[in-house]
Amino acid sequence: MSTNSAAPPRISASVACTHCSLAVPAGLIEPDAEHQFCCTACATAYSLIHSCGLDAYYRLRAATETDKAPAKATGKRFSEFDDPTFTSLYTKPLAHLQGGYRTARLMLQNLHCAACVWLIEKLPSIVPGVIESRLDFRRGTVDLTWDPSLTHLSRIAQALDSLGYTPHPSKDGEAQSLRTIEDRRFMKKLAVAGACAGNVMLLAFALYAGAFDTMQSSYEQTFRWLSLVLGLVSLLGPGRLFFKNAWAAVRTRTPHLDLPITLALLSGGVFGTINVIRGHGEIYFDALTVLVFLLLVGRFFQARQQRWAVDSIELLFSLTPTSARRLKDSAATEVPIESLIRGDLVEVRAGDSIPADGVVVSGASKVDQSLLSGESRPVTVAEGDHVAAGAVNITSTLTLRVEATGEDTRVGRLMKTIADAASRKPPLVRFADRISGIFTWSMLGLSAFTFLLWLLRADLATALDHASALLIVTCPCALGLATPLVFTIAIGRAARHGVLIKGGDALQHLVNKDRRGTLFLDKTGTITHGRMSVVSYSGPEDLKPLIAAAERHSSHPIARALVAAFGDLPAPDPHEQFERLVVRQVTGGGLEVTAFELNREPLHLRIGSPAFVGGNAHGLDGLDPTLTPVLVSVNGEHAATIGLGDAIRADSPDSIRTLQSQGWDVQILSGDDPALVRSVGRALGLPDHACRGGLSPEDKLAIVRASTQETTTVMVGDGVNDAAALSAATVGIAVAGGAEASLAAADMYLQRPSLALLVDLTTAARRTIRTIHCCLCTSVFYNAIAGGLAVYGLINPIIAAFIMPVSSLTVLAVVYRRATFPVRATNSPTAPPPHPLDTTTPTATAARTADLIPV
Amino acid sequence: MSVLFIVLPTALIIAALGVWACMASASRGQFDDLDTPPLRVLSEEAD
Repeated sequence: MSTNSAAPPRISASVACTHCSLAVPAGLIEPDAEHQFCCTACATAYSLIHSCGLDAYYRLRAATETDKAPAKATGKRFSEFDDPTFTSLYTKPLAHLQGGYRTARLMLQNLHCAACVWLIEKLPSIVPGVIESRLDFRRGTVDLTWDPSLTHLSRIAQALDSLGYTPHPSKDGEAQSLRTIEDRRFMKKLAVAGACAGNVMLLAFALYAGAFDTMQSSYEQTFRWLSLVLGLVSLLGPGRLFFKNAWAAVRTRTPHLDLPITLALLSGGVFGTINVIRGHGEIYFDALTVLVFLLLVGRFFQARQQRWAVDSIELLFSLTPTSARRLKDSAATEVPIESLIRGDLVEVRAGDSIPADGVVVSGASKVDQSLLSGESRPVTVAEGDHVAAGAVNITSTLTLRVEATGEDTRVGRLMKTIADAASRKPPLVRFADRISGIFTWSMLGLSAFTFLLWLLRADLATALDHASALLIVTCPCALGLATPLVFTIAIGRAARHGVLIKGGDALQHLVNKDRRGTLFLDKTGTITHGRMSVVSYSGPEDLKPLIAAAERHSSHPIARALVAAFGDLPAPDPHEQFERLVVRQVTGGGLEVTAFELNREPLHLRIGSPAFVGGNAHGLDGLDPTLTPVLVSVNGEHAATIGLGDAIRADSPDSIRTLQSQGWDVQILSGDDPALVRSVGRALGLPDHACRGGLSPEDKLAIVRASTQETTTVMVGDGVNDAAALSAATVGIAVAGGAEASLAAADMYLQRPSLALLVDLTTAARRTIRTIHCCLCTSVFYNAIAGGLAVYGLINPIIAAFIMPVSSLTVLAVVYRRATFPVRATNSPTAPPPHPLDTTTPTATAARTADLIPV
Repeated sequence: MSVLFIVLPTALIIAALGVWACMASASRGQFDDLDTPPLRVLSEEAD
């Protein structure tokens, strides 16, 4: 059969896995089976779900999930979960029920949607003996209660693992329980504050009604005394928080937002009490209690947001092992990890996590460091090499000498850095703090002036009234409430759109208001896709499905690129199929394929490098020399030429133009070939001197450092390889690599490597700052009016109760209404924020094109 | 209108009961997790 008249080869269209909906490799398709699976993990998960009658899971997932990924079971036995030490450390007997039940909290990986919640909470019907299972999605933990006489924790763990959610013991620890107690206490304060505010307002309404007419004295007094009682409950209960902070600020002589608030609360409280006892005079408990409540609500939201950042760091720590095998005189004993000290010798078997930072004393093995570095490719270690806690030992036993344990390990220090950074105050918040100091003094001064003024014009009582009214009414709500809240909300919204931000100060620097900032971009993975893809193809269209079918048998990056480009094409004629494909992989060359068709001569194909495929030299004609060539020959004759390269992302050119219009000097820093970098730069409209290639991580660090001295520098790069440069920049934005490791070095982490997202981010930063300015202006305006009215003696409780909440609520409304992230069609706003432990989110892997040519 | 002297304290006692119930729920950890219940609602639609 000559190639010129080759009939189009027929193959069946790609099949989707029933469990994860991704394509099933051709080699695993079983023609007669009702359901196809892409891997054994998916098959196991499906059979378990189906056998328990829980197929609703798939309907639910289709409705709520955005990312698809195969099940990731580890197949471990989890027998250590039944170990008595484990039982005593991580499980508890259930106190209030008879029956000897035990309860434990496990941390789960790979949670990503509402369907997971449903499925895991159906665990009692999957594993007999489980009484209850309750998932905490944000923390990624499941609280299990089971009957030890019916089942073992290891069995439950195995079930969770086969469903795809690998369990780990939850290192709840002291910190977590303390925080839970603190949160609950805050909730209770909110409840009390809210109840008091509501009831005092009701009483106040009655009093307002009586203000225009007269009210019978006994009623009026009742209302006033009740207001006093409730007001004092609110001020001395939930309100104590502000007094404590203010007192601390006074002692340390630092300005703090709570100072002016305390001033208002104190003066209102004291004068209100006096007036109630006297029987006449204005009381302001309504305004005060509402103020306390609203301020606490603002702080509640703030705390929750900050909690998210700290929680996700602690999840990282939970993944380090709980016990280690310490070697003493060649005998290994299992000890809790807390008892390890420097110098101990530990044995780490294949499959175990490394318990502490150490040096390999004997043994050689491959280690998976993805926890820290995000690189899933195993690293070979041998005697003398350093390994870090949290890495997984894959192939064979290692003996380590411990160098650092617990908080001193890289993992431990990582946690601390991130937790510290989360509590950094953005410059605007610090500015607000300073302003509040000035504010306090000026209000005190103004109040004294008012007091004297009215003392001369009227009497003492009036003077006290008006002076205290001034202190109560002038409220720095925008400072105390809005500014931190705006940052918190912006960070929360950003998280929902796929941007994890460590602290508000980074967001503020992104504004670049002096228009002199420099933005360094990494090329591979950020501007480009970071992987090989088909850029050009010349040859018959019908050959593409056949190429894809053949290349599915290989896991080489080039094969994956070909499958990605051609694999989804519909078969030209679905009725004719290949009986079989025989594929032979030749290392360093390509694939040799024999395709057996019905009633036809078998086709012999060669797909690979020009050297391997042979044939005529014209195959390379017209191909762009910067691309990697792959030739296809059918029965010895050249049939197609494929050009592979690292394509520029579609949104890159526009994004770069927008960034330039925002005033950024955009430059490219890359480790790739300089000529390649320059050609990419040219395609994007960047001058040659702005595109630097061939840089090592140290070079990049030097460039970034130099730039930081001069101007605001933003570095966008791979969280793993560019870690040093990222932390040196004013704002470091990581776009790839493990999330945890990236956040240690960078200030922000983009979960999708897309420049369009970066543009959204800078736009959002500007809107955030504008919102804050807007709030500050509102506050100044309000205080000017309110202060003026107070000095003139025009304030009474009705007016105060009206304008104070109005100012707080206006500020809150401004904050919430001004959307800080533009909503794009591709984002689903109702999707839960990507879980920090979700390892299924695709990450781009940087690939040097030169390494991939099969030679 | 003198009923007010009975009604007001009664109302406040009821309010106090409400607050106490809220605080008791908080102590029992019912407000610990505010993120999973919204997801659970979605799941319950499947049943």
